[in-house]
Parts: sequence; C-alpha cells; structure tokens
Amino acid sequence: MKEDQKLHISIKAEKIFEFLGLPITNSLLLSLVVFLIFTFLALFYYSQSKAKKKGSFYYFVNFIVKSLYRLFYPVLREKADYFFPLLASFFLFILFQNWFGLLPGVGSILAKVKEYNQFVYIPLFRANTADLNTTLALAIISVFLSQVFAIKYLGFRAYIGKFYRLRDPISFFIGTLEIISEISKVISFAFRLFGNIFAGEVLLTIIAFLIPVLVSFPFLILEVFVGFIQALVFSMLTTVFISVAIAKNH
Amino acid sequence: MLEEAAKLLATALAIGIGTLGPGIGIGMIGSKAVEALGRNPEAESAIRTTMILAIAFAEALAIYALVVALIIKFV
Repeated sequence: MKEDQKLHISIKAEKIFEFLGLPITNSLLLSLVVFLIFTFLALFYYSQSKAKKKGSFYYFVNFIVKSLYRLFYPVLREKADYFFPLLASFFLFILFQNWFGLLPGVGSILAKVKEYNQFVYIPLFRANTADLNTTLALAIISVFLSQVFAIKYLGFRAYIGKFYRLRDPISFFIGTLEIISEISKVISFAFRLFGNIFAGEVLLTIIAFLIPVLVSFPFLILEVFVGFIQALVFSMLTTVFISVAIAKNH
Repeated sequence: MLEEAAKLLATALAIGIGTLGPGIGIGMIGSKAVEALGRNPEAESAIRTTMILAIAFAEALAIYALVVALIIKFV
C-alpha cells in the first residue's frame, strides 16, 4: 500500500496556517463558514419579519422556532421566554455544525501544508463539533450560565448554601458531591457531543474505505439523524440543568 | 506480545465491554417508555423527552468507552 492511500483519521483538528500567531485549524475554518451562513440567515429572517409581504422562508423559520419553543416550554413553564434565545441558539448552532460536517467535500478536499520541513496533505475542512475544543467551550458556557442563573434567581446566599452545608457531616458530604457533579457535567457534555460526531466521522471514513460505492449512504442518513439528536440532547440537558439550578430548595 | 497487538486488543476490549452496560440500559429505557406509552398514549411528548434524556445519560457511558478506545488506537 502506498503511503498516501492510508486511512487518514486524526483525533484532533489540524493546523492549516497561522494568522497573527493564532493557529487556524481546519475545524475553525468550517466553523467560520457556518458562522457566516448562520448570520446571513438570521439577518435575512429579520429583514423578512419587517417586510410587508413575507416569503415562505419566513414562515419556515417561524415554524422551526415555534416547534423548538413547544419543546422547551413543558420544562421551564413561565420562565421559558427568558431562556429560550440561549437554548434555541445552542440547538441551532450545534445542528448546523453537525450537518455541515457531513457535506461532501468536508474531509475530502485536501490542503498541502508544510509540517516539520516536509509537505503533508490534511483535510481543509472538518466538522467543528468533531473538535474537542469546541465542545468543551460549549459545555463550559452551558454549565457556567446555569450557575449564573442560579445566583440570579436564588440569590448568592442560597446558591452557596447548596454547596456548603455545615449543619451535619452528611449534608456537608452531599454538598461536596454537588461540586463534583457540576464539574463532571462539563466533562460529560463535552465528550458526549465530541464522541458522537467524531465516531460518526470515523464510521463514514471506514465504511467508505471498505466498500466505496453506495454502502456509506445509509450511514450518512444515520449521521444526519445522530447530528439532530445530539443537538436536541445538548439543548434539552441544558434546559433541565438550568431548571434544576433555579428551582428553590424545599 | 507485541505492543501493536496489545494496543489493538485493548481497543477492541474497551469498546466491546464498554458498550455492554449502556446497551442493556438503553434497551430497558426503551421498553419501559413503550410500556408507559401503551398505558397513557396522551403523554407521548413528555415520555419522548424523558426517554431521550435518559438514553443520553446511558449513552454517555458508551461514549466514554469509545473515547478511551479512540485514544488507545490513535494516540
């Protein structure tokens, strides 16, 4: 087997070039593309909502947003209005990132990069959620915000009271466990999303490597479904954790 | 044993044993959800949301095993 015919699977995103000393990885590049499209769609929707005669795009986005609202409402009840922008953007952002990672060309368009004085070929694009940095950032945002909302809704004293209970040894121990569970939430959020999307990428690569024609198609459909479910799970878990965090102790 | 062979075995064992528990768990969650749906068909959306959440928790364990397997294989 020739060297360049080998299976190319990398667990981390690879550097394409440097911009002002900042390494630009292939996952960041695709994330920028998604970001631009996302911004454009949002602006287009906004301008449509102001216009007198609304196009079908407006009603389609309205339908999606309304179904999302109906999903989150039973968990948060009357507070749903306040948290909805955050949760819906989590969902849509992760969904877009997951699905753009499945487009043809992502992972198959190669870029020639100089590495340690020799040229290597690495993929120009990579699904952004298949990069642990992104999922870790999303997880930290989600868990940190749930702490912030807990302070906002319960007050600082009640929030600290959840973790430091000095009444008796058992509740002190439980309070310590609460701190550990908050930290482990970050890890499980990050690895769940990363693991699912990266595993999907590896699966597609290996299937295409074993049987090149047609067989990878059902797996592609599966990955579209997995991308949707993971976006749903991430935003739904954030909803539940926030609703637990802002609930008063009784 | 060669180092490479040990690595391959470790990868297969990590993912193989690691998915046993979550597989059983997800099966039980699914069966109970269908049971609940049969008893109370009106509560479909609530049951579905809870079921997906519970499955996500069970699946996280399998994902940890997968990440460990991938780290053994590729790092």
